[in-house]
Amino acid sequence: MEKKDIIQSFKDSFFTGLIALALFGPIVGLRTASKGEGLFITPQWGVVFVLVGLCILGRFLINLNSARKTEITFFSKFTSKFSALTEDKAKHFAITAILFAVVFPFLPFTDRYFMDVAIMILTYIMLGWGLNIVVGLAGLLDLGYVAFYAVGAYSYALIATTFGWSFWICLPLAGLFAAFFGILLGFPVLRLRGDYLAIVTLGFGEIIRIILINWYEVTNGPDGITGIPRPSFFGLPFKRSPDEGETSFHLFFNLEYSTMHRIIFLYYLILVLALITNYFTLKIRKLPVGRAWEALREDEIACKSLGVNPTNTKLTAFAIGAMFGGFAGSFFATRQAFISPESFTFIESAIIVAIVVLGGMGSQTGVVLASIFLIGITEMFRDLEQYRMIAFGGAMVLIMVFKPKGILANRKPTILMHGDKK
Amino acid sequence: MEYFIQQLVNGITLGSIYGLIAIGYTMVYGIIGMINFAHGDIFMIGAFVALISFIIFGLTGVALPIILLLVLLIAMLFTACYGWTVEKLAYKPLRGSFRLAPLISALGMSIVLQNYVQVAQGARVKPMQPLISGGLEFFKNSEFIVTVSYLQIFIVILTIILMGIFTYLITKTDLGRAQRACEQDRTMTALLGINVDRTISITFIIGSSLASVAGMMFVLYYGVIDFYIGFLAGIKAFTAAVLGGIGSLPGAMLGGLLIGLIETFWAGYVSLEYKDVAAFSVLIVVLIFFPTGFLGKPDIEKV
Repeated sequence: MEKKDIIQSFKDSFFTGLIALALFGPIVGLRTASKGEGLFITPQWGVVFVLVGLCILGRFLINLNSARKTEITFFSKFTSKFSALTEDKAKHFAITAILFAVVFPFLPFTDRYFMDVAIMILTYIMLGWGLNIVVGLAGLLDLGYVAFYAVGAYSYALIATTFGWSFWICLPLAGLFAAFFGILLGFPVLRLRGDYLAIVTLGFGEIIRIILINWYEVTNGPDGITGIPRPSFFGLPFKRSPDEGETSFHLFFNLEYSTMHRIIFLYYLILVLALITNYFTLKIRKLPVGRAWEALREDEIACKSLGVNPTNTKLTAFAIGAMFGGFAGSFFATRQAFISPESFTFIESAIIVAIVVLGGMGSQTGVVLASIFLIGITEMFRDLEQYRMIAFGGAMVLIMVFKPKGILANRKPTILMHGDKK
Repeated sequence: MEYFIQQLVNGITLGSIYGLIAIGYTMVYGIIGMINFAHGDIFMIGAFVALISFIIFGLTGVALPIILLLVLLIAMLFTACYGWTVEKLAYKPLRGSFRLAPLISALGMSIVLQNYVQVAQGARVKPMQPLISGGLEFFKNSEFIVTVSYLQIFIVILTIILMGIFTYLITKTDLGRAQRACEQDRTMTALLGINVDRTISITFIIGSSLASVAGMMFVLYYGVIDFYIGFLAGIKAFTAAVLGGIGSLPGAMLGGLLIGLIETFWAGYVSLEYKDVAAFSVLIVVLIFFPTGFLGKPDIEKV
C-alpha cells in the first residue's frame, strides 16, 4: 500500500467519523426522559464516542485491506460451498432431519422448555413453507401473510367455542376460510406489479388487525378469545380427571398422568402438519400449475404470450399459501387456548418473510435452517429483546447486499429444456 | 356546515404533513424505481431530532420564531444524514439486483431504524408542551365555533414556502435538470457526464429533509411522538404518492391533501376507530382502478 492511499484512508475514516457523529449524536447522545411534567435530556456521550470510534476503526480496517472485495468473494465462496454441499445431500439431510425431529421428544435432554421452543420453531417452519409457495415459487412478495394466520386462528377459535366442534373438523374449515380470504384479497390486487402488491398486502394485514381490535361483538376486541378447546387424541382428552363417561389419554393407555403428553402430542401434530405442507409443495412443483408459478416468477410477459393466465395462476398460489397459513393459525389457537390481535402484528409478517428470504427463496431446506437460526437466536437472547430486532433487520439488509438470493438460493427451475443432469 | 369547515381545515393541515412525506417516496421511486420502505422511519427520526432540539432551545429562552427556524434547519441537517447513510448502506449496493431485493433491504432498514430509536430513546411516548397556542375563531354566533389555530396556519404556510423552493429547485436549477434526466434514462445521463450516484444521493437528502420538516410539524401538531409513528405515517404518505401518481411531484402534494381530507372526514363523519382502515382501503381501490394515479404517467412494460 502506498503512502497516498494511507492518507486517503485516514481522510475517509475521518469523514466516516463525522457522519457517525451526526447520526448518533442527537439520537443516542441526547436521551429524552420524562420526569414529572415535561421531558428532560440525559446526555450519554460515552456511548456516542464508543459508537463513533467503532465506525472510524471499522472504516479504516476496511480501507486498509481494501477488504470490500475480498470479503464479498470470501462470503460468497463460503455460502456457495455450503449450498453445493446441502444440495447434493439434500435428501440425506432431509431424512436425517425428519428422523431427528421424530425422536426429539424422547431424547434424554429434552425438557418442557425445549419442547416449547421446538413447537414454536416448527410453527414458523410451517408458516415459512406456506409463504414459500407464494414468495418462493410464484415470486409474489406478500407482506401481510400474518392476516391469513390470524383468519385461521380466529375462525378456528370462533367455530370451536361457538359450536363445540372437534379440532379435526375445525382445522379444514379454518384453512378454507383463510383460503377464501386469500382469494378475496388476491382477486383484485394480483394484477399489480411486485412492489405495489407488497404494500397492498401489508395494508390488508393491518386492516384485518384493526378489524379484530374494533369488532367487539365477534372478536371480543383487544381482550381476545379465551377458553379455546384443546385438541384430543382421537377423542381421548388430555385431562387428569376426565368428565363423566369419558376416558382420558393416560387412563386409556394405562400411563401415569403428565402434562408432557399433551405437549408431545402437539409437537407431533405440528410436525405432521408442517411435513404435509412440505410434501404438498414438493409435489405441486411438478404439476402444471407449479410449473406455471415458477415460469411466472421468471418472466411474466413470456408466460402471457404462451397462454398462461397470470391472474388465475397467481390466485391459486395465493389461496394455497393462505390455506396453509390458516392451518398454522388454527394450530396456534389450539396450542395457546387464547388468542388476541396482539399476536398478529406486522412484525410477525416480517419475521416470516425474513425466514423465507434468508433461507433462499424457493428452498425448502433453507426455510428450516432460517427458522432454527432466527427463532433459536431469539430464544437465546430473550433478555435483549430490542437489540435482537436491530440484529434481525440488519441481517435482512446484509443478506440482501451480499447474497441477494438467500443462504441456500434455489431458483433453479425444476425442469429444463435440455435437462442438465450431470 | 361549521363542522364541515372545521374538518376541512384539519384535513388540509394533516394533508400538508402527508404531502411532504409523500414527496420523498415519489422522488425516490421516480429516480431508481424502488419503494423506499424506510422513509416513514426517516420521518420518525426527523420528529425525534426536532423534539430533542425543541427541548434544548426551550431551556435557552430564545424568541419563538428563531427557535422554530433553528429547529427546522437542525432537523433537516441531521435527518438528511440518515437518508444519505441509508441509501449508501442498504440501497446503493443493490442497484441492478432483482426487483424485490431493494424492497426487502428497505424493510430490514426500517426494522433497524425503529428498534434503534426504541433502544436509544426508550419505548415510552414522548409528550411535549404546545409551543404555538391560540388561534382565530370564526362563526362565533353559531353553535359550533370553527377554530383555525396559529399552528395550523404556520404548518400550511411553511408547506407552501417549501413547495415553492422545491419546485424552483427541480424545474430551474442544474441539479433538478440532472435529476429529471436520471429519471428518464440513467445510462444516457451518465454518458453525458452527470454523476448519477451523486444525483441519487442528493435525491435522498432532499427527500429526507422534507420528511424531517413533516416530522417537526407532527411534533408540534400532535404534541406526542414515539418510535412507531413512522409506520402508519409512512404507509399513508405512500398511499398519497400512489394516489397522486407515483413519480409525479405535484401529484404527491395533491395526493397528500386528498389522503389528509379523506382521513379527517372519515374520522369526523363515519367512524374514528376505522380511520386507518379508510387510508388502506383507499390505497387498494386506487391501485385497482387507476394504478397510475391522478397525475402519473402510464407504465408501459417492455420486453
